[in-house]
Amino acid sequence: MAPHISALPVVVPFLAGPLVVAVGQFAPRWFNDSVGMLAAVAATALCALLAVHAAQHPFAYWLGGWTPRYGTTIGISLSIDTLGAGLATFSALLVTAALTYSLRYFDAVEGLYHGLMLLFMAGMVGFCLTGDLFNLLVFFEVMSAAAYALTAYKIEERGPIQGAINFGITNSIGAYGMFIGLALLYARTGALNMAEIGAALGSHHADWLVIVAMVLLFGGFLTKAAAVPLHFWLADAHAVAPIPVCVLFSGVMVELGVYAVARLYWQVFAGTLSAHEIAVRAVFVGLGVMTALLGAVMCFLQRHVKRLLAFSTISHVGMFICGVAFLTGKGIAGVGTYLVGHGLTKAALFMCAGVLLHRFATIDEYDLHGRGRELPLVGLLMGVGALMLAALPPFTTFMGKSLLEEAAAGAGYNWVIVVFIFVSAMTGGAVLRVTGRVFLGWGPTEGPHPGQAEAAREDTHEETGSPTHTPPLMVLVPAVLLVGVLLLGLIPGAVPGIERFAAQFVEHKAYAGWVLHGLRVSVPVLPPSHISADDYGYSLISTVGALAVASLGLFGRPVRARLPDALGHPAEAAAGVLHGVHSGHIGDYITWWTAGVGVIGGVCLVALR
Amino acid sequence: MAFFPFFVAAWLFVVGLWGVVSSRNLVRTVISLVVVQASSYVLLLGIGYRGGAKAPIVADIPTTSRLVDPVVQVLVLTDIVIEATVAALLLALVVQAHKRFGSVNPDDLRPLRD
Repeated sequence: MAPHISALPVVVPFLAGPLVVAVGQFAPRWFNDSVGMLAAVAATALCALLAVHAAQHPFAYWLGGWTPRYGTTIGISLSIDTLGAGLATFSALLVTAALTYSLRYFDAVEGLYHGLMLLFMAGMVGFCLTGDLFNLLVFFEVMSAAAYALTAYKIEERGPIQGAINFGITNSIGAYGMFIGLALLYARTGALNMAEIGAALGSHHADWLVIVAMVLLFGGFLTKAAAVPLHFWLADAHAVAPIPVCVLFSGVMVELGVYAVARLYWQVFAGTLSAHEIAVRAVFVGLGVMTALLGAVMCFLQRHVKRLLAFSTISHVGMFICGVAFLTGKGIAGVGTYLVGHGLTKAALFMCAGVLLHRFATIDEYDLHGRGRELPLVGLLMGVGALMLAALPPFTTFMGKSLLEEAAAGAGYNWVIVVFIFVSAMTGGAVLRVTGRVFLGWGPTEGPHPGQAEAAREDTHEETGSPTHTPPLMVLVPAVLLVGVLLLGLIPGAVPGIERFAAQFVEHKAYAGWVLHGLRVSVPVLPPSHISADDYGYSLISTVGALAVASLGLFGRPVRARLPDALGHPAEAAAGVLHGVHSGHIGDYITWWTAGVGVIGGVCLVALR
Repeated sequence: MAFFPFFVAAWLFVVGLWGVVSSRNLVRTVISLVVVQASSYVLLLGIGYRGGAKAPIVADIPTTSRLVDPVVQVLVLTDIVIEATVAALLLALVVQAHKRFGSVNPDDLRPLRD
């Protein structure tokens, strides 16, 4: 039965979305809310069904019954394996959570909002399920267009307009580069199905055309994934988008970019680049480390809490890029596990920020100094979320991080573990600092860069105007998500299961077998990995590090004042340069984009010949 | 001459990017973006072209005729739909930017600057 419902999780929101847009103006709010929730829950359940079915053996569903003949495709396939369908389930689940939160978060909301959220979900789910490269790009555009519109949902304010323009232009250029990459691959292989392109490239030597195509495709997806220096749009969009939209951006949309890179590498390029694994690893681990470090530092430097969380996402995406770049099943398993833990944590943290915004009409850390004392429960959630970012055992993030560390050691990149610990300490520490200042009233009340406070105060339209009361639902939803982070990793068989499906994900030849020839491929059996004493040690270091970073941020001013000038001035100058580079100017962003893709391309052309 | 469409495609991509980077007017930025995407149309049509072949409309020509590749033409059509959507959305945002900032120069859009 399951193969025949394959297209439904995309079709249902595609039909329900326009429906609420069309009748939403005339319908009462409960109607829009119910249609939105029903469609999201239905898509979640359908994706989960597909994931369970694919756990037996993955399968391809050929739309319109156009099955391939002798390994040549005629139609378009949804190529469904457990990791892809699982990610689709996770996307739909987060949409459900965001819509639930929206029930109380928005005072007045039109059908347009629900419609855009459903189209966004349809794009993400289709993106996870499809096996066709062109289809992948179309779903990329569907989810992107909905995302631009959602960013600018508060269309009467200045910030959202500029954030959406920067987001839209940067991501569109990434997407158009991908169309060029796709055209080059089609010219070489005459195929659009990923399995068929991979089979046609085979183990032939990758010439410049294939490498240019790969760099353009990866460049586009890494723009969505906000790899440095293609990341500038992300903080601008997150700073201004409504909270439930930020939940989806940070929780899953950005990570889908990394997913697509992994999918493309293993299903298309793994054969032709098999002789160059060492070089591929070096290039993309380098990119991931750069992203992780810059994101972590920028995260600590923010006082606008939504921007802070946005840079934390960039930093964690850097870890994901490293995890994929190790080019092992274990790396993919680590990314998969961490992605779920991080997505739920980040969603909950944005929802906590939403409570503050709702209550106090500002999201500036210093403006909020001590005012969170009336909301102890939210403070508790935020503190726990910070510890989850710091990968404290036994949270799911810890499970994922220990797999990533094992993968790093397995690939011969032991030093990357230090970067991972730095990321956990800095991002966890920054959120702990916010928690301490806002909910406990610790630290000074005046901070650097007062300009940021102005931008953080402009959000005043979307919230309900009853500042003395926070609806319980807005605290309940993030609490449930955080309980999920606690429990998911502890379910027996969950993490070993992800490891087995990840081992299947990296089977380049087997993929072509089950997609093109309908072979039944079973999931490999692996001995489950054990969490070693080292992993607990690393986690201890990152948690202590997070506490140290937080106290430095809260009480460190006397220490920083006493730093010798030789140390203090360059640090301040560097921070100033970093702030200056994130200028908000679209021309600057595209200059960085062009330079970034150019450098990645140049390095790949030299290293992969 | 066979390489001509590919040179045109590369030129459009580069000149469009330059347009976005150097623009002092957001309308020009969006139009430059359209130019960037136009490069993929030219490239795709160039890839599908076959010398002396007919348009791929098979209703009233012999089934043995040489045809240009219909797949790329479908891709271009889909690309155009996407591009129209994105351009319309961005231009609507530019109109809104003009209302709220009183300017369409990206230099004047500064609420996000620290």
